Amino acid sequence: MVTKLVLENLKHRPIRTFLTVLAIGLQVTLVLTIVGLSRGLVEASQTRTRGVGADILVRPPGAAVIGMSGAPMPEKIVDVIEKQPNVAIAQGVVIHGIGGLESITGVDIDKFERMSGGLDFRKGGTFQAPDDILIDTNYAEQQKLDVGSAIELANHKWTVRGIVGPGKLSKIFARKAVLQDLTSNNGKITMVYVKVKDAKNVAGTIADLKKLLEGYQIYSMDEFLSLTTPDKIMGLSTFIATVVGLAVVFGFLVVFLAMYTAVLERTREIGILKALGASPGYVIGMLMRETVLLAVIGSVIGIALSFVAKWAITSFVPSSLPVVSVPDWWWRTALISLAGAMLGAVYPGTMAARQDTIEALAYE
Amino acid sequence: MSDPIISVRDLRKTYHVGDVDVHALRGVNLDVRRGEFLSIVGHSGSGKSTLFNIIGGLTPPSAGHIVIDGKDLRTMSESDRTNLRKQSIGFVFQKYNLLPTLTARDNIALARSMAGKSLTLEPTFEPVLELLGIAHRLHHKPRALSGGEQQRVAIARAVVNHPAILLADEPTGNLDTENSEKVLALMRDLNQRLGQTIIMITHNPEAAAYGHRTERMKDGMIVV
Repeated sequence: MVTKLVLENLKHRPIRTFLTVLAIGLQVTLVLTIVGLSRGLVEASQTRTRGVGADILVRPPGAAVIGMSGAPMPEKIVDVIEKQPNVAIAQGVVIHGIGGLESITGVDIDKFERMSGGLDFRKGGTFQAPDDILIDTNYAEQQKLDVGSAIELANHKWTVRGIVGPGKLSKIFARKAVLQDLTSNNGKITMVYVKVKDAKNVAGTIADLKKLLEGYQIYSMDEFLSLTTPDKIMGLSTFIATVVGLAVVFGFLVVFLAMYTAVLERTREIGILKALGASPGYVIGMLMRETVLLAVIGSVIGIALSFVAKWAITSFVPSSLPVVSVPDWWWRTALISLAGAMLGAVYPGTMAARQDTIEALAYE
Repeated sequence: MSDPIISVRDLRKTYHVGDVDVHALRGVNLDVRRGEFLSIVGHSGSGKSTLFNIIGGLTPPSAGHIVIDGKDLRTMSESDRTNLRKQSIGFVFQKYNLLPTLTARDNIALARSMAGKSLTLEPTFEPVLELLGIAHRLHHKPRALSGGEQQRVAIARAVVNHPAILLADEPTGNLDTENSEKVLALMRDLNQRLGQTIIMITHNPEAAAYGHRTERMKDGMIVV
């Protein structure tokens, strides 16, 4: 009968039910989208790094794990590395930030193609003129660019010469020398990718390079990628925890307001139940079941809406915001919304349970 | 009509309103015998609703003795009074007090559920529903029922658990004359056919005349 009461209560006030469920759903969607974005950004970055085809990464002293740009390393270091007996190719790149999370990467295209196994050209071809750039399909779709399109980046006018598949080093490629010149970084690079002759020699090569390049950050690619998981990136976990915290507060406030209003609206009904013999526990239990049901339905709707959000983001900004689905967070987010909702129902539930039966029955 | 099912001695109730003490009951003495239909009349503020609330276990007395169906209300906790309402008392209110979200059948079944019984109405209850004239209206929600029908559903809910006492507070207060007479006649039938003990609070002498006897309240006391 309690379940029937709960269901009928929810049906009896459809607008309130709809708005509460929607608010809980949006809270779930917010968390899932933020987590999906965080993970998507990291995974996309990892995919591009892995796509380089390198075995070792050499970075300047004190460089941050992600989001690095500028060119603090002397380019001649590339030659020094390449002369090491186990090194097959050493490729220095220049990364220049162009706002937000976007950057242009300057490469020696021939060397890069040898290291990575070649770019996957979907349209057009490689550099022909100094102001040519290559972009990946996501960036082309987001910016509505095609081969031959003109675009201004870093205060410079470029022509799109080729569109390549995503997942190799960068979304935007320029000739290294051109980018160095444009950013006044002649003779300097951001980092060096190294491919060894025999994969078994990665550890030995790293040891040799560490002796040679004291103070530089030298990682195997596996080691570097393991440092760029969401939980290891400084600040990302805190950011996600903050969003989750806000979601709990949001859920608490929404359900608090909804249940507080419901208890006030239903004062007489609660009085009737108590007159019929409902204990305080019965009344609290009824409101808690209603809350749990709202939270569960809200969570399911929120999960569904997260797919809509993902579709919208990947449709409109596929390059800037690579969002992924995070099924492992569904139950966590559902529990988070449930916790917020239960907290929000505690006071109204207690208020209802403590209501004086006679006063409640007289309530107009 | 033999042994008293309700025994009230020197019952007092004082409400504290700010710094003022309001003496709603000032020493009520009353015996109600099993199977009796008692009417209690009095003007507003005479204390009849307070007496109704105490007998119904909705509020505790401030002083005095009250024994209902063998249970001493003075020694009862809130939880005990809740159990008393579930098992021994059926309420009929002036404003019907049906849950608007449930059908008539579910409103009746709710009382069974509270008492820990199955939701299905017993076949033996069918004649009561027929007597009340609501057997064909059970699938409707209260808003689809007339005032008289709602009050008859409320009576069905009040007696579905075969309570020792049926308490009715101004049961015809919101009804027109025709429906009032129907409801009162039904209550008299329930009393006569099923031996249901009934205490009815009313300010209407004509309604009070349906009972076996009438007690008059004034200034928190029963007067001759």
